[in-house]
Amino acid sequence: MLEVAGLVKAYPGGDQVLRGVSLTVKATEVVFVIGPSGAGKSTLIRCINRLVEPDAGSVRLDGVEITRLTGAELRRARRHMAMIFQEFNLVERLTVMENVLSGRLGYVGLWQAWRRRFPPEDVELAFETLKRVGLSGFENKRADELSGGQRQRVGIARALVQRPKILLVDEPTSSLDPKTSEAVMALITRLAAEEQIPALINIHDVPLARQFAQRILGLNQGVFVFEGTPEDLTPAVLDLIYAGAGEELTSALGALSVSDTGV
Amino acid sequence: MMRMSRPTVVTEWRRPSAFPARWMGPALGLGLAAFVLWNLLSLQVDPARVSRGLGRAWIVFGRAFPPDWSRWELLVEGVIESLQMAALSTALGVLIATPVAVMAARNFSPLGVYAVGRGIISLGRTFHEIIVAILFVKAVGFGPFAGMLTLTWGSIGFFGKLLAEQIENIDRGQVEAIRATGAGPGAVLVFGVLPQVLPRFVGLTIYQWDIHLRQSAIIGIVGAGGIGTTLYNSFARYDYDFSLAILLVIVAIVLLGEAVSAAARRRIQ
Amino acid sequence: MRAWRRFSPLQTALRLLARLGAAVVLLWALRGMDIRWEFVSDSPAQMGDLLGRMFPPDWAFAGEVVDPLVQTINIATVGTILAVLLSIPVAFLAARNTTFNRATYALGRLVMSVSRSVDSLIWALIFIIVVGPGSLAGALAVGVRSIGFVSKLFAEGIEEIDRGQVEAIVATGAGRFKVLLYGIVPQIRPVFAGVCIYRWDINIRESTVLGIVGAGGIGFVLNTAILGLEWSRVGLILLVILGVVVVSEALSAYFRKRVA
Ligand SMILES: Nc1ncnc2c1ncn2[C@@H]1O[C@H](COP(=O)(O)OP(=O)(O)OP(=O)(O)O)[C@@H](O)[C@H]1O
Ligand SMILES: [Mg+2]
Repeated sequence: MLEVAGLVKAYPGGDQVLRGVSLTVKATEVVFVIGPSGAGKSTLIRCINRLVEPDAGSVRLDGVEITRLTGAELRRARRHMAMIFQEFNLVERLTVMENVLSGRLGYVGLWQAWRRRFPPEDVELAFETLKRVGLSGFENKRADELSGGQRQRVGIARALVQRPKILLVDEPTSSLDPKTSEAVMALITRLAAEEQIPALINIHDVPLARQFAQRILGLNQGVFVFEGTPEDLTPAVLDLIYAGAGEELTSALGALSVSDTGV
Repeated sequence: MMRMSRPTVVTEWRRPSAFPARWMGPALGLGLAAFVLWNLLSLQVDPARVSRGLGRAWIVFGRAFPPDWSRWELLVEGVIESLQMAALSTALGVLIATPVAVMAARNFSPLGVYAVGRGIISLGRTFHEIIVAILFVKAVGFGPFAGMLTLTWGSIGFFGKLLAEQIENIDRGQVEAIRATGAGPGAVLVFGVLPQVLPRFVGLTIYQWDIHLRQSAIIGIVGAGGIGTTLYNSFARYDYDFSLAILLVIVAIVLLGEAVSAAARRRIQ
Repeated sequence: MRAWRRFSPLQTALRLLARLGAAVVLLWALRGMDIRWEFVSDSPAQMGDLLGRMFPPDWAFAGEVVDPLVQTINIATVGTILAVLLSIPVAFLAARNTTFNRATYALGRLVMSVSRSVDSLIWALIFIIVVGPGSLAGALAVGVRSIGFVSKLFAEGIEEIDRGQVEAIVATGAGRFKVLLYGIVPQIRPVFAGVCIYRWDINIRESTVLGIVGAGGIGFVLNTAILGLEWSRVGLILLVILGVVVVSEALSAYFRKRVA
C-alpha cells in the first residue's frame, strides 16, 4: 500500500508545483491521475521514487517511510517501485534483453552487470516477461530499432521484472497513436491485475482513463480537486479539473479575434 | 466585451540591435575596420625583397621538380615513426583524458571537481603542440619519444574537452530509468551512461588518432621525431626535390587518415 | 532454463582477437620509440629544473615582447582576411547547390583538401622560400592554411540554405538583389561571421609559433630565448602567449554568441 501525505515541492526559483498532495493506493488498486499540463503529475510520481526530492510531506510504501531513506536504502526501496516513462527511456543502444534485465540491476553486483551475467532465474524471468508483453523473439534487437508501441512494451517488461510492489506510470501513452495507446493501457492494467500489483497512472487522455480506471484523481495546480469513479466525471467536474488549462493559448486567440474586428 | 490588447500604437519599427545598446553595432564595425587597416599597414612588406624573392622562388620550384623518390627508405622510416607515435599517444592520451573528461562533465561532477577538470583541459589546450614539443625535447631528448609525449599531452585538452561535451549531452531520461530500477551508481554508469557514450567515445578516439597523425608531421620540426624531422632536414639542406616528395607523402597520409577516420566513424554511428 | 548471452562464442572470440591485435600494435609502436631510459629517469628533474628557471619570469624583458606580439596579431588578422577572401569563391565551387558542374566541384574540394592537409608551419617553410623570412610569409601561411577550414564551413552554410525561405521572398515579388538580401544573406551571414571569428581565434594561436621557423611574431623571440637558454625570458613569453590565447578565445566566444 502506498500512502502519500502532505507532499510539497517547489523547483529552485519557481512556484510550488505540489501544494500538499495526499493520496492512498491500496493493495491491488489501479489509480489514475488526470489534470492539465503543468499540474504537477510527473512531479508527483517523481517525488514518490525520489528522482525528484520533495520539500515536505511523507511517502510510505508498505509502512516504510521513503522520504527519509538515503544511499543504498533508497536504492533498495526503488527496486520495489517500478516506473514506466512517457518517452519510454529505454537505453537506446542496448538490446531489448539488456533493457529488460536492467530491471534486475538492483540485485546483481557491478562485475556481473559489466559482464552481462545475470542469474539464470532473472534471464528466465526476462524471457517469460517478454513473452507476456508479446515480444518473444525480439531479445537481440536493439532498442532503437523498435516502434513506439514495442518500445513501451519493453519499458513495461523492464518494470515487471523488478517484481515491484507498485507500478508508477507517467503518461505511458502520450507518445503513441490512439490505437496503440489503448493496447498499451490494456496491457498495463491487465498485467497489474494478474500480478496483483497496484498502480498509479498519470494520464492526459480522459476517455482512456474512463475506460480503464477504477478510481480517478484530478490534479490542478498542485492540489487534488477531484476524486471519484469514471461515472463521476461529469462535464462540470472536467471543467473544474482543467480550469485554467491552456490559458496562454486562449488569451492569444482572444487577442486575435480582437484584431480581426479591426480595433 | 472586447478586450483592449494594444494600449499604445507603435508606428515605427527598427531591427533590434544584437548588442546591449544600439550605438555599439556601428561602433564595433568602425573599430573593426580600423583594426584591420592597422594590421594591413603594420605588416611592413618590403616590395623590393618580395620581388627578389619571387624571382628566386621560381628557381627553387624548378629545383623541386620532379620530386626525388630515390631516398624512399628515409621516407618510409619517417612515416612509420609517425604512425607509431600516433598510435601510442592516442592510446595513452585517451587513457589519461577519460577520467579528466568525467571530471569536466557538469552533469556528473560536483562544482569543485568540475572546475579542476576544466582547468586541466585548458592547460592542455593553450599551448601549441610545437611549444610543448620543444619542452619535451629538452626533458627527454630528441626523438619520437618526446613527440609521443607531446601528442599525449595534447590529448588531455582535445579528447578531454570533446568527451566531456559528449557526456554532458547524453539523454537524461535513459539514465533516470536505470536509476529508477534501484541500481547503484556503478551499474547506472555501466547500463545508463556507457552505452550512450561508447560509440561517440570510439569515434572520438579515431578522430584523435587522425589529428595526432597530422601533428606528428610537424612536431618533427623541433626534433620530436616522425616524418616532420625528415622534412625539416631536407629543407635545411636545400634538397627541395626530396622535400616535395615528402610533402606529397604527408598530404597523402593526412587525406588517407581523414578518409579512414571518416569511414570508421560513419560505420559506428 | 533458457540461457542468454550478449555475444555469441564467435563474437566473443573476435573481440578477444581484436584486443590482442591492438596490444601487438601498441607494443610494436613502443619499440619504435627507442626510449633512452637514462634520459627518461632524469626527465622529471630536468622538467623541474626548467620550470624553476622560468619562474620568476624576466619582467624586464616585457618591453621587447610588445613588438613581436603586435606582429603576431597582425599575422593572424591579415591571414584570416586573406583566407576569407580566397574562401568565398572556393566555397561556392565546393557547395553542391551553387557549383557549375562536377569538375568545378572537384576543384573546390581539391583546394580545400590540400590547404587543410599541410600545416601552417610547413606552409610557412614554403613561403619563407618565396618571400623571405618575416611576417608576410607568416600571414600567407596562415591565410593559405585557413582556406580549407573556412571554405569547408562556408560551403556547408551555403548548402544548408533553405529553398523555401528564398522562394517565399521571390513570391513577394522582390527582385534578384532583394532576394539575395532578404532570402539568402540572412541565412548565411551568421555562419560566415561565426566562422571568420572562430578562425581568427585559431590563427592567433597558430601565429604564436610561426616565428620558430622564421615567419615572424612572438615565436621568433621564443626560439631565440630557448636557443640562448634564457629560461626566465622563456617563462615570460609563455605567460604572454597564454594571456593572448585566453583573451582571443574569450573575445571569439563572446562575438560568436552575438552573431549566432
Ligand atoms: N526539472 C524541473 N525544473 C524546474 N521546473 C520544473 C521541472 N520539472 C517540471 N517543472 C515545472 O513544474 C511544473 C509541473 O511540471 P510537471 O512535469 O509535474 O507537470 P505535468 O502535470 O506532468 O505536466 P504534463 O502533463 O505536461 O506532463 C511545470 O510548471 C514545470 O514547468
Ligand atoms: Mg508530465
